[in-house]
Amino acid sequence: MGDFFDFIFTAGFWAATLRMATPLIFGTLGELVCERSGVLNLGIEGIMTIGSMAGWMWVYQGGELWQGVLFAAFVGALFGLLHSLFSVYLGLSQHVTGLGITMLASSLSYFIFRMMLPNVTTPPKIVPFDSWALPLFSDIPVLGQALFVQSPLTWLALLMVLLVGYGLFRTPVGLAIRMVGENPMAAEAQGINVHLVRSGAVVFGSALMAVGGSFLTLSAFDAFYIGMTNGRGWICIALVVFASWRPGKALLGALFFASFDAMQMRVQQQASSAIPYQVYLMAPYVMSIVALIIMSRRAAYPKALLIPFRRGER
Amino acid sequence: MRLEPRDHVSMAMAVAGPVLAVLAAMAICSLLILWSGSSVSDAYALLFKGALGSRFAISETLTRTTVLTLTGLAAAVAFRAKLWNIGGEGQLYVGACAATMLGTGQLQWPPYLLIPTLFLAGALAGGLLLLVPTLLKTHLKVDEVVTTLLLNFIILLLVNYLVFGPWKDPMAMGWPQAAAIIDEGLLPKLLAKTRLHAGFLVALASAVGAWVLMRFTVWGYEIRAVGANPEAARFAGVPVNRTIVRTALISGGLAGMAGVCELIGLKGYLTLDLSPGFGYTGIVVAMLAGLHPLGVILSAFFVAVVFNGADSMSRALSVSNYIAEVITAVSLLTVLVSMLLTRYKLKWK
Repeated sequence: MGDFFDFIFTAGFWAATLRMATPLIFGTLGELVCERSGVLNLGIEGIMTIGSMAGWMWVYQGGELWQGVLFAAFVGALFGLLHSLFSVYLGLSQHVTGLGITMLASSLSYFIFRMMLPNVTTPPKIVPFDSWALPLFSDIPVLGQALFVQSPLTWLALLMVLLVGYGLFRTPVGLAIRMVGENPMAAEAQGINVHLVRSGAVVFGSALMAVGGSFLTLSAFDAFYIGMTNGRGWICIALVVFASWRPGKALLGALFFASFDAMQMRVQQQASSAIPYQVYLMAPYVMSIVALIIMSRRAAYPKALLIPFRRGER
Repeated sequence: MRLEPRDHVSMAMAVAGPVLAVLAAMAICSLLILWSGSSVSDAYALLFKGALGSRFAISETLTRTTVLTLTGLAAAVAFRAKLWNIGGEGQLYVGACAATMLGTGQLQWPPYLLIPTLFLAGALAGGLLLLVPTLLKTHLKVDEVVTTLLLNFIILLLVNYLVFGPWKDPMAMGWPQAAAIIDEGLLPKLLAKTRLHAGFLVALASAVGAWVLMRFTVWGYEIRAVGANPEAARFAGVPVNRTIVRTALISGGLAGMAGVCELIGLKGYLTLDLSPGFGYTGIVVAMLAGLHPLGVILSAFFVAVVFNGADSMSRALSVSNYIAEVITAVSLLTVLVSMLLTRYKLKWK
């Protein structure tokens, strides 16, 4: 009997892992596309926050769930555009621009949330996404129900891994993105508009980040609250390094990190534990730092990362 | 459109830049005030009145200027050396933790010994915390932006554990807070019936100290040289890594002192809401000051006005006090543009 429950726990644990990994997958893919084009997007934390607020607010005002996701992507893209205006076209410090975008997007999220719902004490709720069962696979006893019945956004995240991987490595646009991230001068000599490609990558990446944020309010939870993103964006930045800028490895990294999140929830449910639950909450942040240290020797940063490109200037 | 470097940046332009940037930020944010249905002139009038309209209001604003000056200096000194210390928040908290470890009865010393000891302990703790990502940067080339940011979350969880667990004050009626700092460890008040404390003088002295350090000493010269061009500095014989480590200890130390100031000047005991993001706001303060230590005092005062004023404005109007954070965030972006325009000329062709 005990073994049986252990087995259920294992399956449920993996289902939770996949769920917790979803925002990380979106965020990491988004950051990866930005960095491949040579732009470090530190706006990710704020863009995820405003994505979670925008998507939720759309649905709360009576919109459809998928429209909410699209709206989040649109708002994320707008902030990506603002980021690229500063970091790509004006060539300003990517560090400070990104932090500014994060501060602006988070504070705007909270401001707009408070202005639209001034008199609420408990966070109002929406009806989040229902799970989708993957046909056939979900019929596998026990494991099928745990692993293959997931939020549609989780399926979308897995699909995006394939799409981003294909797009980056098998299409001319992907080649252009990688080229402006490695050697913008050579790219320009080939007739590629460096600024356009970079800002396009940042806009697309930011939209993905915002969709990751919207998963938090439209699927994982049913409400928006202050401080919800809780450093997930920064973890994504570490995950990109951990994944050596490859979408497939990004998926593995996100799953690995999320498994600790899932474990942490399990531990918090148990009444008494020898290890304080804060240790489990710390784990993703500590692991991010450890991952950065391990990868530091082998990190193959895109060569032009952080370097603004000004036409006709060396 | 093309950008061309200017040969010379006049003092007037260097000062006008941030001022114009702040005005632009307030103009942009007036759109949000309009959206919320309030009058812009009323809102800003209430904001400034709330921050500067009475003796008590001014004292409150100066109290907040204190902590923002210290976190602003922490960012300014580090950014000068291109050490991207975004971990001011975590360093502030470990500073407060160190002061709690020594100031809650462990050392029964008179104030003139205990208070400097607490500041020293806080500065040491903050400096050591920043030392970790700094050594990772200098020796393993790990990007310090992400590591310092991640450490903020780790430290907050650590404080969470401490005030809910081993440090929880049994006399605090169940509130998650550490034991109170003993009377000998508390900073004296500067003005009767206000919360303005001697930490304000510590912050001013730190700013002057940082200015002297950066402007007139070899260390300061080396810090600026490393920030301007590490390769050239290395060729000129500047010990680059040692300079970065030194910068980290100073920067983290200043942020740690900010935590001590809030703890022994204002709150009296360690809680989880000791700082509502003062470490992050310090980055904006430093950028608004153009990383100039004396300018930090002014920009910290401005940001304090915005935050305190927004609190009282939001009580009178239907504008959420998150407007303060929006204004400072927009200021960070506008000041970036103004810095670009003071260093470069726009050429249309």
